[in-house]
Amino acid sequence: MGKLDGKVAVVTGASRGIGRAIALSLAKEGAKVVVNYSGSEQKAQQVVDEINSMGTQAIAIQANISEVESVTNLMDSAIKQFGSIDILVNNAGITRDNLIMRMKEDEWDDVINTNLKGVFLCTKAVTRQMMKQRAGRIINISSIVGVMGNAGQANYVAAKAGVIGLTKTTARELASRNILVNAIAPGFITTEMTDALPEEMKNAMLSQIPLAKLGQPEDIAKAVVFLASDDASYMTGQTLHIDGGMYM
Amino acid sequence: MTTVLERVTKVVVDRLGVDETEVKLEASFREDLGADSLDVVELVMELEDEFDMEISDEDAEKIATVGDAIKYIEGKVN
Repeated sequence: MGKLDGKVAVVTGASRGIGRAIALSLAKEGAKVVVNYSGSEQKAQQVVDEINSMGTQAIAIQANISEVESVTNLMDSAIKQFGSIDILVNNAGITRDNLIMRMKEDEWDDVINTNLKGVFLCTKAVTRQMMKQRAGRIINISSIVGVMGNAGQANYVAAKAGVIGLTKTTARELASRNILVNAIAPGFITTEMTDALPEEMKNAMLSQIPLAKLGQPEDIAKAVVFLASDDASYMTGQTLHIDGGMYM
Repeated sequence: MTTVLERVTKVVVDRLGVDETEVKLEASFREDLGADSLDVVELVMELEDEFDMEISDEDAEKIATVGDAIKYIEGKVN
């Protein structure tokens, strides 16, 4: 018996990194999982195969979450396949790092469109279904830098801070319909995204982590399972900081 | 064959928990029937299901009373 038996979860950006760990952890608790991906079809299919081998169901659906038609198609396909959407994990995100002085307008727009507008579009697209169900969980993946700021990431930081505000507003708007909305602000987690950071930035960050080590994608996935489960039924509008104590 | 009025009335009664006698044509969902903004959104969703039609956000914003809803639905159906 899992904590999420029979639930249907949509995880955006689930082919790699934190999203992949989230999809696998939700499945491990019995959820059926829609593995959304943007470009990495093969990796998304590997996640689906892995979930199927656990004895629960999953499908991979391609969607660009910054485009409304693509998002509508993603959610419609999910409902058609599994009959409901009980859990939405807004995880998909990109980076286009640059100093503000050098940041091009399209670098700003790309990151805001995927990391912030994408969360809005996906949230909007599931509210109808969740309102009808009189139940739902939305879990938004923000970032520690959305709270602390980070040089070279104005676009990413603005989007991730925006996600926290969006989380609180969505929580307030939908609380009366038993739709609970929370955010997670991961710290420095080992993924391809953080591997790409310059060595000196990595060392600088490591020196600021009280637990003196990087986090693993599974550390975030466990918190998502908690927020998606009955264990978190009296929690909404919150941001969980999972960062080895970096922000406190 | 039940009329549009009867079907709309049933949806309103079920959704807002009001008495059938309160559902008059001139009754405003928000001011007379105690609906909050989210209730109105849900009401429109249920009318869409009941009458198997899509009501755009722009049109939905103009539906304030029971009469508005009936007029809109009749206009679409005919």
